[in-house]
Formats: sequence, C-alpha cells, structure tokens
Amino acid sequence: MSEQKFRTCTITGLKVHGPAESLIKANIITAVIFIAIGGIAALLVALTRWPAVHLLPAHWFYRILTAHGLDMLIVWIIFFEIGALYLGGAVLLNARLAAPRVGWLAYILMLGGAVLTNIMVLSGTSDVLFTSYPPLMAHPLYYLGIILFAVGALIGVLLFFATLYKARKEGVYTHASFPLVTFGFIAAGMIAIYTLVHGAGIFIPTLLWSMGLMNMNPSAYRLVFWALGHSTQQINVAAMISVWYLLGTLTVGMKPINEKLCRTAFVLYILIISVASEHHLLVDPVFSNAHKIWNTGYIVHLAVLGSMIHALAVPAGIEVALRKKGYTNGLFEWLKKAPWGNPGFSAMAFSIFIFGFLAGISGVVFGSEAVNITAHNTWRITGHFHATVVGGTTLAFMGVTYYILPIVFNRQIIAKNWASLQPWLFGIGLILLSGGMMSAGVYGVPRRHWDIVSFGGSPFAFTWDPTVYMWMTVMGIGALTAVAGGVLYVWITLGTAWKGKPVA
Amino acid sequence: MSIYAPDKVWWKPIDREEKIWFVLAIIWMLVSFFFMPLWHVIGKQNQSDESYRVTTDQYAELAGKFRDKYVVKDEKGEEVTINGVAVVHPPPGGDAYIVARMWSWQPILELEKGKTYRVHISSVDLQHGFSLYPLNINFMAIPGQDYVITMTPTSSGEFSILCNEYCGLGHHTMVGKMIVKD
Ligand code: HEM
Ligand SMILES: [Cu+2]
Ligand SMILES: [Cu+2]
Repeated sequence: MSEQKFRTCTITGLKVHGPAESLIKANIITAVIFIAIGGIAALLVALTRWPAVHLLPAHWFYRILTAHGLDMLIVWIIFFEIGALYLGGAVLLNARLAAPRVGWLAYILMLGGAVLTNIMVLSGTSDVLFTSYPPLMAHPLYYLGIILFAVGALIGVLLFFATLYKARKEGVYTHASFPLVTFGFIAAGMIAIYTLVHGAGIFIPTLLWSMGLMNMNPSAYRLVFWALGHSTQQINVAAMISVWYLLGTLTVGMKPINEKLCRTAFVLYILIISVASEHHLLVDPVFSNAHKIWNTGYIVHLAVLGSMIHALAVPAGIEVALRKKGYTNGLFEWLKKAPWGNPGFSAMAFSIFIFGFLAGISGVVFGSEAVNITAHNTWRITGHFHATVVGGTTLAFMGVTYYILPIVFNRQIIAKNWASLQPWLFGIGLILLSGGMMSAGVYGVPRRHWDIVSFGGSPFAFTWDPTVYMWMTVMGIGALTAVAGGVLYVWITLGTAWKGKPVA
Repeated sequence: MSIYAPDKVWWKPIDREEKIWFVLAIIWMLVSFFFMPLWHVIGKQNQSDESYRVTTDQYAELAGKFRDKYVVKDEKGEEVTINGVAVVHPPPGGDAYIVARMWSWQPILELEKGKTYRVHISSVDLQHGFSLYPLNINFMAIPGQDYVITMTPTSSGEFSILCNEYCGLGHHTMVGKMIVKD
C-alpha cells in the first residue's frame, strides 16, 4: 500500500484513496447521466398523463414509461448507491478500496447491462414496463441486460465488504465498531446481497422462458419478482437513512442520541424486510387472508418500528446539535435558524419530511390488508413511491452530492445560489406531484394508463368525478417544478465535476 | 459522530424521551395490526380467501358455459348485447364468471341489488387488473388462477370495470361494464 495514493481532504481531514476516488467519481457521474435520461422520460410521461397536455402517442408513452421506471428506480439509484458504498467503506474509514480492478469490472457490467436494456426498450421490442409480468414477454436481450446489471451490482457490494475486511485486517480501522454511517451502509449492503440473489432467481428463469426453454407461472413470477423489487426499496431506505446521518454530521454536527437504538433499527431492517415484499400481492389470488395478515401485520410492523426509531433519532439529533450552537429560544428557534440555504441541509430536511409524512404513513396505510383493495394499482401507489424513492432517497442523494463533489471530486460547487434553490424546487415539486397522484388515486385513477379521458375511444368510456382533473393538474404542476429542480441538479453536478475550481 | 468511530462503549441505556416514543410506536403498531383481522369481523369489504388453479382453456370453457346458459334474451329470442358485449343475468346466490382478455371484460353481468353472488375473475391471456368504478375496488386477474369474490351489491346502477394492470399497447381501451338492478 503506497502512501502517495492517498490525498487528505481539507474539509473533513479524511484520507481519500486515489483508485477509490476514481471509482466513486465514475459511479456517481454515471448515476447522474441516467437521472438525466430518466428525467427527460419523467417529463414526457408526466406531460402525457396530464390530460390537458396528453403529449405522447400511446405506444411511445408505454415505451418511455418503461425506460423511466428502469433508468430511475434501478440504474440511477443503484449506481449512486455503489458509489456511496465505496465512500462509506473506503473514504470514511481512511482505508484503501480492496480491489479497484474488480470495481471496474462491476462498473463495466452495470453500464453494459443498463445500456443494453435501454437499447432494447427504445427499439420497441420490449414494451413490458419494468415489472415485465409474464406472459407479457420482452426480447431476451432485455432480460440479459438486467442480469448483467445485477451481477455487476452484486460484485460492487461484495467489494465494499472486502474493503471493510481489509481495513480491519491491515490495521487501518481498529475500533471494535464501525461508524454509524458505515454500519447503515453495511445494512444496505446485506439487504442488497439477498435482494440481488432473488434478482438472479427471477430473471435467469425469465430469460430462459423468453428463449422458449422453460415454462413460467405468472403467480410465482410475481412472488419472486417482488422479493427483488421490494427488497431493493429497503436498500434504498437503509442507504437514505445512512445518508441522513452523514448529512446531519456534515451540515450541523449532529450526533446520534443513542447509538444502540439507531443500530438496532438497522438490524430490524436486515431481518424483516424481505418478507415485506408480499404487500405487492395483497389482492392477488393464491395466498390466504391469514397469510396476508401475518405478513403485512406482525412482520412488516417490525420493520416499521425500525423506521419509527430513526424518525425520532434523526430530527432529535439535529435539534440537539442546533441547540448546542445556541439556538435555544422557544420551541422552534433551532428550526428557524437552521442552515436552510445549505443545499445539503435543505435536501436532508425535505427528504426527512417527505419520507416521514407522505411516504411512510401512506405506505403503512396502503399496505394494510383491507385498505389495499382501494389502493392497488391506482395512482395512490405511484404517489406513495414517488414520496419514498424520489422525495426520500433521491433527494437525500442529491443533498449528499453537494458534499461528495468537494470531498471526492475535490471541486468547489459552481453556481452556489442555484444549488441552494435546487432542493427546494425538487422538494416542493415532489410534494405536489406525489400529493396530486395520491389524491387522484383515491378516486381510482389507474397507474400506467395512457388515456383516462376517452379510453382510446372505447365505447364503454365513462367520465370521472371532476375533482380528478384538478388533482391531475396539481400533479402536472408538481412534475414541472420537480423537473426544473432535476435540471439544476444535473447541471450543477456535471458542471462542477467538469469545471469547478479545486477545493485547495 | 456518525461518520467517525463511536465511543468505546456505545451500548448505553435509552433515555426517557426515546423510551416514550418507542413505546408509543409499539402501541400504535399493535392497534394497526389487530385491526387487520378485526376488520374481517366488523368491516363490510374484505379480501376473498378463495382461489383455484385452472388452465386458461378450462377457465374459458367454464365461462363460456355460464354465458350460454344465462345470457339475457329479448322477446324475439335474440341475445341482448351492449356495444357487442353480451349481457348475462346469473342466478342470485350462484356463480358468475368474468373473463379478462386483451382488451375487454366479458360478459356484462346484470346483478340484483341485495343478492349475493360468487363472482369468478380470471384472465385467459396476460395479467389484467380488475378495477370497479366508481367504487374503487381492485383485484388482480391472473392467468392460471380463478379468483372467487363473494359480493353483494348494495347500490344499483351502472358500474365500469377498467383494467389497471398494463396488458399491452391497448391496455387503456380495456373497459367493461357491470349492471345492478333494483
Ligand atoms: C422529476 C421527477 C419525476 C417525475 C415528474 C416523475 C413522474 C412520473 C410519472 C408521471 C409516472 C407515471 C405514472 C403512471 O403512468 O402510472 C412515473 C412513474 C414512475 N416513476 Fe417517476 N417521476 C420522477 C422521478 C422519479 C424518480 C427519481 C424515480 C426513481 C428513483 C421514479 C420512479 C418511477 C417509477 C418506478 C415509476 C413507475 C413506472 C411503472 O409504473 O412502470 N420517478 N413517474
Ligand atoms: Cu387488461
Ligand atoms: Cu390492462
């Protein structure tokens, strides 16, 4: 291990390993390019669903929606997470990345898979939406692309664990416990491993099926697919909460109030969440009511308990830190005087608020066994997960980017004022988008639907309660606002990485 | 701090505020959990517990027999249709079959208010989503599974069935109807 490969960060005093730095940069920049592609798709899709605009023709709507789901939910988020894992494993521990070559292999597999899948979608051979429920069939190369991406991601996660192991073994990190943020990333990584194994468990048979080599049971597919599809969301939650702790420390100097409780909450996620995926099957045939209740009741509520712990620990930690700075007047001086102009802080605050109030509560409600009858496949669900994975995870990741740029890229943020505005635009847009979707969904407005006005000319077309159109408009305005925030994010991140002044 | 090594001993007792919060969370979750089984006793709308494995051919055959037996005929003995879809009047208390296929819901069931029916839902091709408007009641129609929903209409009128699971490029045209008579 040669010392020259390390650079000392002037802001945090952390030692940054050169090869780790290059890999983090590559993964983060690729993530940002894919959020840009997914964002263009988001704009097109939102403008089509907004009845006043109804932009795309039907087949392009479903095609672009397939691309939006894949590029956002899978490609953007997982590329960013792999970058964040290398950060939590190497940089936070002042350690070296165990095997950079393996990291590049993972990167190439993921990128190749993502590009292949996108080509298959845009060429019109795979209009299946990201769930690809059989017997709906895509081109075999579509499934192959996803498999390559998942294998790459799995290798990346294993490299993270190898890095921790080396840091220990080489005596770089000697404390008995890892820092809380790294611990949270470990939880995310462990969930990622069993999730990605489920991914192989479903996409390899599906690939064979699409080549005519085996049969596929649609109900069984749904079960295993969601063991992948939902558990990935738990990687996102664990990673997002780790990022909250990270941003809390970097922005206001927050300390966890009780490490024991925070860490226990992460352990609950690891243990419980894989079974939670069955809440996608609440109105499926096959399973008994007792099974559905057991699964979404006892079991899921234990994971919710984990979230409830963080829901107090994070804001309370922030409050304590700000009060220590002297903002002690009244109940809320600390909140008023918080660094709202710091995009890292405002992104974290919006993320906590949107995730806690819009996403968490709606998730627990829609995921209960009886209520799901009125929520399944309506826009209530789409509204719910834009609050979780966009308002929560994506916004938190945006916030931490403003720290990754100086720490890892060694660059000063360009356009600081626009950066301060960015989380506000994205956050407020998201609240409108997701609120509009959930409210329209209450009336039964379906998700993934090209034309709720005339149903493509169906003779059975009917008219909705007029309130629906108001909520669709709220959704549209929210979408435009959020897209504006997204454009700022992509511009500032790529611009800083390319042309920002060096930090020191 | 969260990004640096924790204290040597971090397994410390939890303080009062966090304890109160934790206990409240547990209580709330127990309430929310017990409501799920309880709703099967006090609630009016609940999940169905009944489903069977069928092949798509078997299901199409069952549904075809049902349709031919109970299809509504006018005075001239001709089948009544709306927009080309047959209207079928199942016997109260009996079974009724709805077939989902790209891109229609067939037939149109004509039910009687206050009577109970066993409504079978399944698909003969792709996965579809049964969504009843304006009530907003949603179930999956999956090929290979016959989903039996016991239902008693409590209001009369015309209801729409739309598909809310993506089922190919004509998905948005997949609308059907259900009629409840007084
Ligand atoms: C500016 C930001 C965004 C806007 C305006 C937006 C808008 C939309 C709209 C209008 C839909 C279509 C809903 C439908 O037809 O049912 C949709 C679907 C979806 N979005 Fe977004 N979105 C945004 C960002 C994101 C991000 C960052 C993610 C993930 C990290 C994401 C994940 C998804 C997923 C998974 C779907 C479902 C696709 C499907 O049903 O197959 N979105 N989004
Ligand atoms: Cu359909
Ligand atoms: Cu459909």
